[in-house]
Amino acid sequence: MTGDQVGERRLSIGAAIREAIIEEMQRDERVFLIGEDIGIPGGFGGAFGVYLGLPEIFGRDRIIDTPISEKAIAGAAVGAAMMGMRPIPDLQYSDFVFECMDEIVNQAAKMRYMSGGRIRVPLVLRLPVGASNRGAQHGQSPESYFIHVPGLKVVCPSDAYHAKGIMKAAIRDDDPVLVFEHKLLYGSKGRESAGGLDLTAHVPEEEYVVPLGQAVVKRAGTDVTIVATHLVLYRCLAAAEILAEEGIECEVIDPLSLLPLDVETIYASVDRTGRLVIAHEDTLTGGWGAELAARVVGERFDSLRAPIVRIAGHDVPLPVAPALEEAVIPSIDRIADQVRALVAARR
Amino acid sequence: MNEPVDVSGLDADHARLLYRGLVRLRRFEDRVYQLFLKGELPGTVHQYQGQEAVAVGVCDALEPGDWITSTHRPHGHALAKGVSMRGAMAELYGKATGCCGGKGGSMHLGDPDVGMVPAIAIVAGGVSIVSGMGLAFKLQGSGQVAACFFGEGATNEGAFHEGVNFAAVQRLPIVYVCENNLYGASTAYHLTTLVPDVVDRVAAYGIPAVSVDGMDVVAMREATAEARERAAGGGGPTLIEAKTYRFAGHSRGDARKYREREEEDAWRDLDPLTRLRDAVVSRDPSEAGRLDAVEAEVEAELEDAVTFARESPEPDAAEAFTGVYADAFPVPSMRGGIL
Repeated sequence: MTGDQVGERRLSIGAAIREAIIEEMQRDERVFLIGEDIGIPGGFGGAFGVYLGLPEIFGRDRIIDTPISEKAIAGAAVGAAMMGMRPIPDLQYSDFVFECMDEIVNQAAKMRYMSGGRIRVPLVLRLPVGASNRGAQHGQSPESYFIHVPGLKVVCPSDAYHAKGIMKAAIRDDDPVLVFEHKLLYGSKGRESAGGLDLTAHVPEEEYVVPLGQAVVKRAGTDVTIVATHLVLYRCLAAAEILAEEGIECEVIDPLSLLPLDVETIYASVDRTGRLVIAHEDTLTGGWGAELAARVVGERFDSLRAPIVRIAGHDVPLPVAPALEEAVIPSIDRIADQVRALVAARR
Repeated sequence: MNEPVDVSGLDADHARLLYRGLVRLRRFEDRVYQLFLKGELPGTVHQYQGQEAVAVGVCDALEPGDWITSTHRPHGHALAKGVSMRGAMAELYGKATGCCGGKGGSMHLGDPDVGMVPAIAIVAGGVSIVSGMGLAFKLQGSGQVAACFFGEGATNEGAFHEGVNFAAVQRLPIVYVCENNLYGASTAYHLTTLVPDVVDRVAAYGIPAVSVDGMDVVAMREATAEARERAAGGGGPTLIEAKTYRFAGHSRGDARKYREREEEDAWRDLDPLTRLRDAVVSRDPSEAGRLDAVEAEVEAELEDAVTFARESPEPDAAEAFTGVYADAFPVPSMRGGIL
């Protein structure tokens, strides 16, 4: 079952994540929320409204508002997780995660290992990413930093169905999971902010869990494999529509989780198409696309008919002006042009 | 600071227990130093000689279900909280039988079975983490308390401010134990900080703070007992500033050229072992022989730990690739290059 199915019940990603958290908090009393502006009456319900209504269900003891102290929030989550709780810390914007890199990278990721496997740190850190005319300190996509850290798991859901299912899996996971969500895909501001995308997807009533480490083939194709996340995933799908009219069939894969990464699905696709495009909003250099490209070259060199193409945010801080921001992050035209050029270079 | 140790509130058994604790830490560290110089121990060591009264006094006042966090200088905290001497020594040797299976080493000693998370070797790292431990105990209604050891240098870290402020406003069951040994590595605290007493900073957080003779195990015990009672009763955290001194250098190969020998001698006159022993023996001279016996028992325990560590097997190399994650999730680089 995928989010593309037509169904009666369609939810935005924000609503789907809220539903996942409600279900898991009802299922497991160890789950609690901790962060800035998440439960204050009359407040925001978190920076993007995902927690609206939760204090009325669960009370303020399980929805803990904190000072503006990212190290305290992340540290409290790590400590509580070690002592048997399952915290969901919230930092508002992912850009703020750099305030608590020690707690994430030195503590959460390493406690299990340093203890000889005897301590566990089950927490889910939600991290909103994405350029949205907010500029250099409120629009980054820092997921790639964290795939470099053994001990962490990194997921990047891009539709409501998978967001709900993988959020539930993350909350039940016994390791620290970082969930990167794109701000423009929440659906809270409507279709306009996401370039006219329909931000809802079918989410069934019945319970389901989407395990980490399983990629999703969003569109089947034979000429080129495109692996992409978040908003750029939708731009790749749009580009694929344009290219299909020109006779170029793209297979578009949403990796869904970056660590663990379902390379088998990607390898199998590259074996068929012989061409790989990796697209993400995060900057090019050292991005997760570089790691994936290296893996594919190492493992599937003989399947490749052409060099791997990476389409990513340019290596500059994010500007605010819409005309500048759009020049930095991958556009539909840029994706289509690069795919066209790749396929045209017959080998 | 040079008052006699007041043992009037301790019976003889309890006094001997505290003395045993102090001797265990001192002998362990002295032996570790020799073993390290002989090249038997990998890596580095940060030693605890001089500060024993802090760890022993604090841990004696904790309940068995309480937890501690520690620092890059954790040997004393570990032994005082109940990590076995065998497990600690084998960990320093990097052996499979170490308390962390050889993955933690000197700076990450710990044992969840005795209420010690792996020691955190990032300065003030434990101060943000311990909030969560206290928060868990509060949410669980368990009555447990977490004690957080750190040095005076940690109070200049952002984590200290964020962690203590959050724990204070949440009234979390935490005892902060600041071991003010006057130096952050080679740099004197007064060169880095205009407020020389950590307790004076704590008013900013709205929690009680108390300055204690950190060379007096009984004073440390009593201050901790009071702080623990407040924490467990919902009264929130307390900060104990233990005025203490490390007799050793900061880490291996530290010749301590940044300290005056007169200063070191003055602190050595406050040796917590000597002061407790003097107080106990002056109350009851017949205790002298029993304290000697305690020392002999500790020597035997230490000898056993060294033999155990030396004879223990190295960890199997395959163990390097386990315990990264909970499940059988493979280490990406070990799966034929598959991420």
